[in-house]
Amino acid sequence: MKIQRKSVRNEWAQAFLAAFPHTVPVLTGFLTLGFAFGVLMRTKGYGPLWPFFMSAVCYCGSMQFVALTLLSTAFDPLAAFLMSLMVNARHLFYGIAMLDKYRGLGKLRPVLICTLCDETFSILSGVTPPSQMDAGKFYFCVSLLDYSYWALGSALGGLAGGLITFNTKGLDFALTALFIVLLTDQMREKDNRPPALMGIGVSALALVVFGASGFVLPAMALLMLLLIAWRKPLCR
Amino acid sequence: MPLTSWQTLVMIFAVALGAQLTRVTPFLLFPQNKPLPRMIVYLGRVLPPAMMGLLVVYCFKDAAFFSFPFALPELIAGAAVAALQLWRRNVLLSIGVGTALYMVLVQCVFV
Repeated sequence: MKIQRKSVRNEWAQAFLAAFPHTVPVLTGFLTLGFAFGVLMRTKGYGPLWPFFMSAVCYCGSMQFVALTLLSTAFDPLAAFLMSLMVNARHLFYGIAMLDKYRGLGKLRPVLICTLCDETFSILSGVTPPSQMDAGKFYFCVSLLDYSYWALGSALGGLAGGLITFNTKGLDFALTALFIVLLTDQMREKDNRPPALMGIGVSALALVVFGASGFVLPAMALLMLLLIAWRKPLCR
Repeated sequence: MPLTSWQTLVMIFAVALGAQLTRVTPFLLFPQNKPLPRMIVYLGRVLPPAMMGLLVVYCFKDAAFFSFPFALPELIAGAAVAALQLWRRNVLLSIGVGTALYMVLVQCVFV
């Protein structure tokens, strides 16, 4: 019994050690963005603990920034709910993509589902856990590390308020860089190139047509249609 | 803080509910004890690269392409990240150098 417990603890330690390096770019990105969110919320007149609370409960980066503007206009929870559905609609795609990987993971599964986000999805869809390792524990460590970075960044931003002294302009490019790295790695595989290029092309087109504030949903709809329509040639 | 604390709490939970619904829905629609439809298996394979393309474009959405600095900081640093990743295949190196380069570009070069 004792040995068993020890080996479980070892498995967790190994999963954590294997997961952590993959999450370091998210660490820098989320600490910066979370910090920015915390500072911004303070400037809207909220107390130091609100940003941490909101990030821990919502955990939906870009929507939280949108929510700050909603919070400063009027009390309309239905509009906030609908807006959140639309801005976060991309999670539906991530969920579909992770259905298979998240199969049969028992108690860890609900946690993995509820902490799915752009960055966690990007890492988990591109990285295979080391062989011999319990994949569920690896996924869990990546998911919770990313979540804690976001909560921690927001907490620090909320506490520090307006005390920032060094010029952090541009630090959030770490997240852009992360997505570029993951896209580059996806494109190493020949089969992934057509859908990847389609993703870039369709989104760029939608950006030109619909503008920066409203292109994500049309881009996703068009992308879905094209992927389904071109299933045969893409499946080869 | 124009809303009361209670109103703010309700708003925050409304946002969280919307976000969680988008996360949970696919897993409710396709429970794990049933085999996945072939179309969904196919989408699960092609969606990750396609969405990664979308996310990269999303990150460039606020770049100024048609006025100074013509998105040059984003394009230069982005190209550096991709090139480093292709060459050395070291995630932290690519992201570290790319981000530092971008910070120098937006703070010192294209001001």
